[in-house]
Amino acid sequence: MAEIIRADGLVKRYGEVVALDGLDLSVQEGTIVALLGPNGAGKTTAVSILTTLIEPNEGSASVAGIDVLKQPAEVRKIIGLSGQYAAVDKDLTGFENLDMIGRLYHLGRKKSRSRARELLERFDLSEAGDRPVKTYSGGMRRRLDLAGALVAESPVLFLDEPTTGLDLISRTELWRLIRNLIDQGNTLLLTTQYLEEADRLADDVLVIDYGKTIAQGSTDELKDMVGGERIEIKVTDSAHLPAASEMLGRIAVGDLTGDDRPRTVVAPVSDGVKQLADLLKNFEAAGIGVSEAVLRRPTLDDVFLALTGASTESREVEEPQLALESGRRGRGRGLPS
Amino acid sequence: MSLRSAIGDGLVIARRNLIKVKRVPDVLVFVLLSPIMFVLLFAYVFGSAIDIPGGSYREFLMAGIFGQTVVFGATFTGAGLAEDMQRGIIDRFRSLPMSRAAVVFGRTASDVVYNLISLTIMALTGLIVGWRIRGSLLDALLGFLMLLLFSYSVSWVMALVGLSVPSPEVVNNATFIVIFPITFIANTFVPAESLPTVLRVFAEWNPISSLVQATRELFGNIPPGTPEPTAWPLQNPVLYSLFWSALIIAIFAPLAVRRYVRVAKKS
Repeated sequence: MAEIIRADGLVKRYGEVVALDGLDLSVQEGTIVALLGPNGAGKTTAVSILTTLIEPNEGSASVAGIDVLKQPAEVRKIIGLSGQYAAVDKDLTGFENLDMIGRLYHLGRKKSRSRARELLERFDLSEAGDRPVKTYSGGMRRRLDLAGALVAESPVLFLDEPTTGLDLISRTELWRLIRNLIDQGNTLLLTTQYLEEADRLADDVLVIDYGKTIAQGSTDELKDMVGGERIEIKVTDSAHLPAASEMLGRIAVGDLTGDDRPRTVVAPVSDGVKQLADLLKNFEAAGIGVSEAVLRRPTLDDVFLALTGASTESREVEEPQLALESGRRGRGRGLPS
Repeated sequence: MSLRSAIGDGLVIARRNLIKVKRVPDVLVFVLLSPIMFVLLFAYVFGSAIDIPGGSYREFLMAGIFGQTVVFGATFTGAGLAEDMQRGIIDRFRSLPMSRAAVVFGRTASDVVYNLISLTIMALTGLIVGWRIRGSLLDALLGFLMLLLFSYSVSWVMALVGLSVPSPEVVNNATFIVIFPITFIANTFVPAESLPTVLRVFAEWNPISSLVQATRELFGNIPPGTPEPTAWPLQNPVLYSLFWSALIIAIFAPLAVRRYVRVAKKS
């Protein structure tokens, strides 16, 4: 496998605000890499630089060996971008949008038209293809936007928060479509605020915060950093807490915590589902009453908490948006992951 | 990435702009109605008060209204671009291997079509209220071409304005205070000779005046016996207005394209 996207020491400042603070990244050909981080972490800025939309103050980057700063026009020929907010024209039909993008990639009239129809078909938009996009649902617009990135069969794709703000059904559908892309040999860099999204899609994850990479690895590795799964038990009677803690302690892979809640004990575990089932049987046998038994997977918040000691909620820095209307559109805090 | 791709890509964008007009016809209604209103208003309100020796005011008026309307028509370029710059689609355009000049070029090109439509409507309204082309058809065609060319050149000025303001609404407000006096301190609605000296000199050298004068001559709307104008621009109106059209494009087209690239990079 060869390295196809590379960035070294990217720095981007907007006045006082440092959106990127020396970001390095490397993506191997044919893989999906997710940039994971909260709003304002610098994800969109990184994608904007790699897709030639903005220039960094410092650092260098290349796509397929082509320097993004020196030969932006060459880079544009081999990339496809799908933006954070559907970058399609709402007054045009789905077909007209894709056809126009094809023409602008210089595919020619015939190829643009046939490619547009083909993509509408593949993204389940055939029926809506000749309706103006403003009549589309949010999920349909995102699918069209994603199709727009694929018009020229670009080998390298950038998806900036492809599912932010979508409902679960549309999100799942989009995940399936994105997953398929990789089977066709594309390389994909996507940004997301959702660990679950990174989990479903990415081979490799870069956690970024305040414009820097703070962790890198597979999603499993990241989850292991925060202790993997946890079992939380709340007993009905506080007198049973020591006994329950003792039993949990035998299966825990780390220190138990009280989790600040009354009658509650939390234990990091390695094989949660089975252990929780066994544990509940043992509690019953020992006559320990349980009012809550929860198996938790780590969330992005947990990863952040572990890595930075700060929650994703409390971000004060906001990076400018991809589009010029930074202040205008709602920032969309997104759903909790 | 040459002139050829600028034109090819520009036409793709122009086509997109025209489809949008078809889908959102509100803009078109303004394009169609305002010239009708202008013709009727001036023909009936001023028509009875202003005396054109040896001719009719309505014949005198039409070239003036044509001139003013095509200049105002150019503001669509600015508003359209300002609106485009707010949309996510611009990010898409910027990531595509298309000419950097295409968005601006395409916008100015599609506005030629608006102006053509509005000129046609205006001419028809003019014919209804009694205006006639008294010159040759070829001259008249040349007259319309000059109007379109001048409007096209002003479109590039408006493009620069549209790319420099924060929102489309500002374009109309900002340009109105400039366009209004420029199109009025001219021979558009009254003969330039009747103006006080300072205004008269401005009017004589105002390219709008020469544009209007040229169209008036080409349409055969100058009444016989009208004294020859004394100022050079009005004696050579075709040459003088073609010179201005070329000059404006030469200055503002590169500025507008450069502005587009810079605005795009800044975000």
